[in-house]
Amino acid sequence: MAKITGLMGRKIGMTQVFAENGNRVPVTVLEVGPCTVIQKKTEAKEGYNALQLGYNRKPLSRLNMPERGIVEKAGLDHGFRYIREIKVDDTEGFQEGQVLSLKDVELGLLVDIVGTTKGRGFAGTVKRHGFSRGPMGHGSKHHRAVGSAGMSAYPGKVIKGKKMPGRMGGKRHTIKNSLIIDVRPDENLLLVKGAVPGAVNQMVMVHFR
Amino acid sequence: MDIMRKLAFEEMRMDIPPFRAGDTVRVHVRIRESADKERIQVFEGVVISRKGSGVSETFIVRKISYGVGVERIFPVHSPIIEKIEIVAEGRHNRSKMYYLRGLRGKAVRQKIRKRT
Repeated sequence: MAKITGLMGRKIGMTQVFAENGNRVPVTVLEVGPCTVIQKKTEAKEGYNALQLGYNRKPLSRLNMPERGIVEKAGLDHGFRYIREIKVDDTEGFQEGQVLSLKDVELGLLVDIVGTTKGRGFAGTVKRHGFSRGPMGHGSKHHRAVGSAGMSAYPGKVIKGKKMPGRMGGKRHTIKNSLIIDVRPDENLLLVKGAVPGAVNQMVMVHFR
Repeated sequence: MDIMRKLAFEEMRMDIPPFRAGDTVRVHVRIRESADKERIQVFEGVVISRKGSGVSETFIVRKISYGVGVERIFPVHSPIIEKIEIVAEGRHNRSKMYYLRGLRGKAVRQKIRKRT
């Protein structure tokens, strides 16, 4: 069986653990897997080797026809809320319908975690880009406003890419080299150091190295 | 949420005696001097605050050392604490005894003595 390069999971929450020297380490608790192999993509047929995985069960009655076709082809009696692909070197050794969990993964020290950040709506420049705000008192009326958007007659326009207020968050975000603190394959739990993008119960993709 | 509670319980120590702000305690702290040398240092003083809950709960111990006030913050469930001894129970009239910082000498002793 080729190396599994990633699994889907969800964020459960944050807590802390003690290191041996008494230091407190902030950890995020993730439930990783179990994921079901839905389809194998091969070099010969699709031009690349990959596994299509499903995570978080969904009853057949909640599926639309295309989704239903996918899972019925794999011989499953339920669908999935999330379907993603992972690249593998070789699809040999994997079966459609096979369930993959943390037990099947050779873990290193670090993982990459991909999630969607919490949506913050239409945010100003202070929150969105870390601009400093103006004085709140002493007659100042320049509190959290943008300030200057650029120069005058030359260039006579706002330069492209100028940081301005706008939609913030709700975007795909990757945390690279997240340190693994603890693994509990029996409970599908993975504890990583530090924060992970997204809200509790939100889906995250964990890529193994 | 259940998983979170379980994980927190695993980190927590059940051998810590109950104590409150106002109590005088001796905290035995493990100090690692080199890779294989370890000794125990005792920090004795008045608990002036306990705050937080669960694994992240901490407490502050205050003592006067050579005329200088010294405070140390310990996580209640820290593994570097060998044990906590309760020397004297205090007068529990505040949950935060920060006002002791402004007092010295006999005034402090009067404030932490239990009323009989």
